[in-house]
Amino acid sequence: MKQNPDYQGPILEIDKLSISFFTRLREIPAVMDFSVSVEPGEAVGLVGESGCGKSTVALGVMQDLGKNGAIVGGSIKFKGRDLGEMSQEELRDIRGNEIAMIYQEPMASLNPAMRIGKQLMEVPLLHDNATEQEAYDLALQVVTDVKLPDPKRMLDSYPHQLSGGQQQRIVIAMALMSKPALLILDEPTTALDVTVEAGIVDLVKDLGKKYGTSMLFISHNLGLVLETCDRVCVMYSGEAVEDGKIEEVFDRMRHPYTQALFRSIPLPGADKNARPLVAIPGNFPLPHERPPGCNFGPRCDYFEAGRCDQGVIPMRDAGPGHHSRCVKFEEIDWDAPIAAATETKSREIGDPVLKVGNLKKYYEVAANALFGGGEEKVVKANETLDFEARESETLAIVGESGCGKSTLAKVLMGLETATDGTITMGNKEIQSTPIEKRGTKQVAEIQMVFQNPFDTLNPSMTVGRQIIRALEVFDYGANDAERRERMLQLLDLVKLPREFADRMPRQLSGGQKQRVGIARAFAGDAKIVVADEPVSALDVSVQAAVTDLLMEIQREQKTTLLFISHDLSIVRYLSDRVMVMYLGHVVELGTTDQVFSPPYHPYTEALLSAVPIADTSVQKKHIVLEGDIPSAMNPPPGCPFQTRCRWKEKVPGGLCEKEVPPVRRLEGGHQIKCHLSDAELAAMEPVIVVHAAE
Amino acid sequence: MGLFILRRLGVMILTALCLTFIVFTLTNLEPNLEKLAKNQANARMTDDQVISWLDNRGYNDPMLIKYGRWLGVLPHFTREEDGEVVYSRCATPGTTIEEAGSFCGVLQGNWGWSTVFQNEVLEILGVRGWQTAKLMFFVMLVMVPGALIVGVLAGMKEGSKLDRSLSTFSIGTTATPEYVSGVIFISLLASPMIGPNWFVGSAQTAMDNITFENFTLPVLTIALYGMGYIARMTRASMTEVMTAQYIRTARLKGVSFQQIVLKHALRNALIAPFTVIMLQLPWLLNGVVIVETLFNFKGFGWTLVQAAGNNDIELLLGVSIISVVVVLVTQLISDIGYVFLNPRIRIA
Amino acid sequence: MEPLTWTGNMGDVLDPILGITAIALLLTSVLAIVMSFATTTERVTVNPDGTIAAQPGLRGLTAKAQVYSLYAFLATVVAYIVTGMVVGWQGGGIVGGAMQAFTPVWISLVVLFVASFYYKRKLGLYGKLFDSTIGMIGFGLVMFWVFTAFYAGIFDMIYMHDPLTQVSGMKNKVPGTPMPDVDAAPYPFYLLGGDNLARDVFSRMVLGSTIVMQIAPLATLFAFMVGITLGLPAGYYGGKLDTVLSFMANLILAFPVILLFYLLVTPEIVLTGLPNYMALILFIFPLIFVGVLINSRYRTQPKTRNLYLGIAMAVGGLIYLSLVMDQGAPKPIFRLWPGGLDLFDIPGQVLIVFVSVVFVNSPTVFRIVRGLTLDIKTRDYVAAAQTRGETPWYIMLWEILPNARGPLIVDFCLRIGYTTILLGTLGFFGLGLPPESPDWGTTINDGRRLLSVFPHPAIVPAVALLSLVLGLNLLADGLREESLRD
Repeated sequence: MKQNPDYQGPILEIDKLSISFFTRLREIPAVMDFSVSVEPGEAVGLVGESGCGKSTVALGVMQDLGKNGAIVGGSIKFKGRDLGEMSQEELRDIRGNEIAMIYQEPMASLNPAMRIGKQLMEVPLLHDNATEQEAYDLALQVVTDVKLPDPKRMLDSYPHQLSGGQQQRIVIAMALMSKPALLILDEPTTALDVTVEAGIVDLVKDLGKKYGTSMLFISHNLGLVLETCDRVCVMYSGEAVEDGKIEEVFDRMRHPYTQALFRSIPLPGADKNARPLVAIPGNFPLPHERPPGCNFGPRCDYFEAGRCDQGVIPMRDAGPGHHSRCVKFEEIDWDAPIAAATETKSREIGDPVLKVGNLKKYYEVAANALFGGGEEKVVKANETLDFEARESETLAIVGESGCGKSTLAKVLMGLETATDGTITMGNKEIQSTPIEKRGTKQVAEIQMVFQNPFDTLNPSMTVGRQIIRALEVFDYGANDAERRERMLQLLDLVKLPREFADRMPRQLSGGQKQRVGIARAFAGDAKIVVADEPVSALDVSVQAAVTDLLMEIQREQKTTLLFISHDLSIVRYLSDRVMVMYLGHVVELGTTDQVFSPPYHPYTEALLSAVPIADTSVQKKHIVLEGDIPSAMNPPPGCPFQTRCRWKEKVPGGLCEKEVPPVRRLEGGHQIKCHLSDAELAAMEPVIVVHAAE
Repeated sequence: MGLFILRRLGVMILTALCLTFIVFTLTNLEPNLEKLAKNQANARMTDDQVISWLDNRGYNDPMLIKYGRWLGVLPHFTREEDGEVVYSRCATPGTTIEEAGSFCGVLQGNWGWSTVFQNEVLEILGVRGWQTAKLMFFVMLVMVPGALIVGVLAGMKEGSKLDRSLSTFSIGTTATPEYVSGVIFISLLASPMIGPNWFVGSAQTAMDNITFENFTLPVLTIALYGMGYIARMTRASMTEVMTAQYIRTARLKGVSFQQIVLKHALRNALIAPFTVIMLQLPWLLNGVVIVETLFNFKGFGWTLVQAAGNNDIELLLGVSIISVVVVLVTQLISDIGYVFLNPRIRIA
Repeated sequence: MEPLTWTGNMGDVLDPILGITAIALLLTSVLAIVMSFATTTERVTVNPDGTIAAQPGLRGLTAKAQVYSLYAFLATVVAYIVTGMVVGWQGGGIVGGAMQAFTPVWISLVVLFVASFYYKRKLGLYGKLFDSTIGMIGFGLVMFWVFTAFYAGIFDMIYMHDPLTQVSGMKNKVPGTPMPDVDAAPYPFYLLGGDNLARDVFSRMVLGSTIVMQIAPLATLFAFMVGITLGLPAGYYGGKLDTVLSFMANLILAFPVILLFYLLVTPEIVLTGLPNYMALILFIFPLIFVGVLINSRYRTQPKTRNLYLGIAMAVGGLIYLSLVMDQGAPKPIFRLWPGGLDLFDIPGQVLIVFVSVVFVNSPTVFRIVRGLTLDIKTRDYVAAAQTRGETPWYIMLWEILPNARGPLIVDFCLRIGYTTILLGTLGFFGLGLPPESPDWGTTINDGRRLLSVFPHPAIVPAVALLSLVLGLNLLADGLREESLRD
């Protein structure tokens, strides 16, 4: 039963909220003096880097802080009633009924041993005293609403039988079952691929309108917030630093942190040489090491001792409905050009150092992994790859999960051998030389930087020891002293203090670990570095710093960088050439300009449209792909992309379903693997249009 | 599914063959046979006499051949003198050599003759096994529900007083092997010297007539030791499930705590302990042997001790076959049960 | 002389106090459990100064009462120990006498605990143990027996009568019985009575701990070496090797332990030389382990490697050969090694017990290590090691193994307990160790025949074994909790 159906005021009012967690040693304030309100039908975004307390706010609203957490100040009012004063029974009545929540990991948030139908029906059975039949009908209707195919079968299946995108749709359906007044979305698309994410975002927007639900949208992705929200609140280290209408905050920001954040993300105008990213200096403060005064003070360009590091800094009005927690925002010249950025010259691109010809990698896997037996299936992880990489060049390899980019990296490194084709590094063919048969020099020349900073270093060995070990293996230096000296130089190279040599990895932040990973990769003077999503697990402000570091080392050492990523913004920013992969095929290959402007491969077009961009002046064509990425175990016949392609009708005779398209070479070495006619390709319109600044 | 069971069965038979072969080898070693010969014929035989005694009965043939004969896949040993069969191992007392078939191994149902009990091995195992089956039935009846309840209660609120008390109890029982708890029980609860004399310290009478007095202590002794282990497994699995995201989903859907435990957590939490319970069975055999010895309950475990202690080779082999088969069958059941309990694993 | 009472004069004061505190502890514990059932989860309230308030109301009160009665109970126990140490049997009866006998153990325990507590923040996982009550209790129990075994085994302290001497007139006598010839006896009483062969139960219990402490940790260590050396490659390489090794491990696991013991631990088996052969195989694993460890680490610096490897192999090899070679072994192959270089021999019966226990334990360790390896080998740092061309053994031993240490240490503690139980089982069936051996299992076996008439000869070693295994289990639990934290 809904309470106060006639309530008119704001749905959610959070006033001066403070939340702390208590450990054995100390109290850790997670959220401090946080205020925000959500009006009916409004979507409010909550952005910030990891650890800024945005998820804690969500759990605080749900009154589910666990044993160690507690609200230590302020109030949370839902439809005018203080949630903190409700009994457990009253709270249960509100949860799932009037406030619903959607989580980051769809697979983990569904009960694996319960049919989806039952999980959905539980909501009306609990809150609306519905009969079994009514609940089923409602579930069926909502599942149809979230655009899942074959709803009846869906209700009858278990969560593991669905793909990630479908699971997230089910989680959304579950949240909407009771037509809640407030929907909290905690990073709902972070675990999903970009093209799937676009579909979910679209759905959430539509359903929000249809059901008239207010939304609290938590994300680290500014672009996503721009696409979904009406208002936004930027958080830093437990505090809201700025809030206001989305256009206000994005175009007329009044807090240095917001400004720094925007300067550190690669927007379409950024360029690694002419307009490089500006990383935020320093590190995110740990909760118990926050500075006095402004939390952002130590990292702020406008810091003024005596004013910024004193007392409590309150939120102040900075325009209609716009607030900022900065004592100096009136004095700062917000339109001043970026000063710190130094322009660098683009380096000469040299001769090819790596040539891949007609490379194929097939795996044979048992059809049923658990019970063995059955027929063997061939997974075509890489299909006829053909490309080369030159000295000092950055070649980006772009694609979503299952596109074969990681397999390619493994084959290059020698962890797997190629099924067919050639890989030529220097003058030697290495496609069938596994790593143990490669010479020390050959191994040292091609190295890798890994994705997950928390996984890239051995947790039980000091940082210095790990780098020295790499030097030992690469036969560097005659004795331990020489190697130690070189290790310290490498730490200098990646701009880490030399004391870090004796630290354990757990004492380092994510960005610092990633720097150690880079130092280790360059230990043997690598000619080619394969960087597998090196920054995607890092926070936005750290991303810029690590990216810049990679670029700088590349410039100095003339390294060839193979930059694997799914993030087109960063690819556009730093790469010279781009290779787009889909289900093991290279669907498009060309210089960055060629790939990012028409003619596109239809997949590239959709990918470009799907990437959220945090710039109000950018207009995108709206292309949402249907369905999910097919499994590499069971690829569609013909063109790999034909199941989701919106251009398919334009190709006569159903050719797309029958034949794998040939590689089409357009002018300037631009390659596209598509059946579309030249005329159709030429008629494509650009997806991203940047309006001139108003 | 069929293929899966078939494969498991194949592995199981291979395991059974390997294990019985090992037992066969270990029981048919030279010193054992020498002891057997002296035991059967004449305690003061000379070495030469022993060898010829063994030779005449085929004990000195290669191990694999002896194993094949025992299993019943090779024709059993016969001795011919002047072209006439004068001795056949297949001839049991009461049948003549001519009547005896040439295969008489385990597969033919011929499990041999117990030298200690002077009876057919199969018959002894039947009688003794039935006694132990009764014991095990009651043990399972006490142990499994008890352990699951303790585990679930402890695991549903990690760190609560209830959890701490129950966990300490479980740790305590796992630290108390049967021969310790049995000794303590008998001296505290069944001794006229100290404490109340509520129970009988021997289960001998329980073989014919099970009563509360004579059967409680043996059952409790075995059940307690196994219970702690299963309870801890259940608790671990329950606490893991209770911190899972989908439990939070359910909580934030407004489901009450009781319903969360019963509808969302229980099934997921019981998948892991199920396997543990099944794999616990072979290990319970330990307890059975100890308890039957301690309480003088003449069942399967007691038979094992008698057979092993008196060099009763054929009885020991019979006991081994039974225990190995029981272990393997429970493993098979646990595998199949796991697949049925866990919807995430479904055979395509 | 008069027979001793349990607590003598000190009992007049302390016994009632102990009774009261014990009842209080029991009541408050039950109450606390009932309360945790009755009430639903309450919210945490916060004081203005930022601390969380203690739980309010009846529930907070019971929690407090429970804690205080626990302290009171523990204080009474300490009072018994301290008083006993001072007054001995003269004023403290049996308990007093025993407490006095354990004086070196108490002193060592206090020193150890104070030092560890003081430096606990610098001692890593071991230090964290002192944050957990359960862990501390477990550690205390374990160290009690370790110290007892140490002082009794090496310095002949603590126990007062020879464990094998039979004194006529002391057969099955109850605890506290005075010796018939007080002046000639080393100690005027049998503190915990005499067994059915008129030997001192207390002294046998104390010396029993020495035997357990000699075999159990060492056998567990060997089982870990075998399990790790085989489990790492099985998990890392997978494929056929894994299939074969896992099949063999399952084979041993499917074997009822008791049957295996009855088949292996018999005098006939010792005659065939089988234990020596098994020792030959099982004991080589630590040698291989160390060799591979050194080689993989220093493979890029041949000189350093050869030096270290040479030293390790020479020392290890000598120990190994001394261990497996036995001048009195039944098979000539084990007498090949010259007697002069054969540093020590292990009696056949002890060897077979040791080997069987290692044999039974290693498949389980194998499975744990294999599982951990399967998990850790998917980490990026393993991939990083692979891409810089490390050998598989370096990756297994230096990248994977150190990161699996947490669960392995916990299992090591549990497994020592399990091994202790196994040793007791062997003793209980009279297998392996000589029948007059004072180890706990054999003593329980001796005592069980007259259990309902004279319980003390069996109960004393039973409680001793229980406390040691309980200590190990609690220790493991504490370690697991603390390593999972933060």
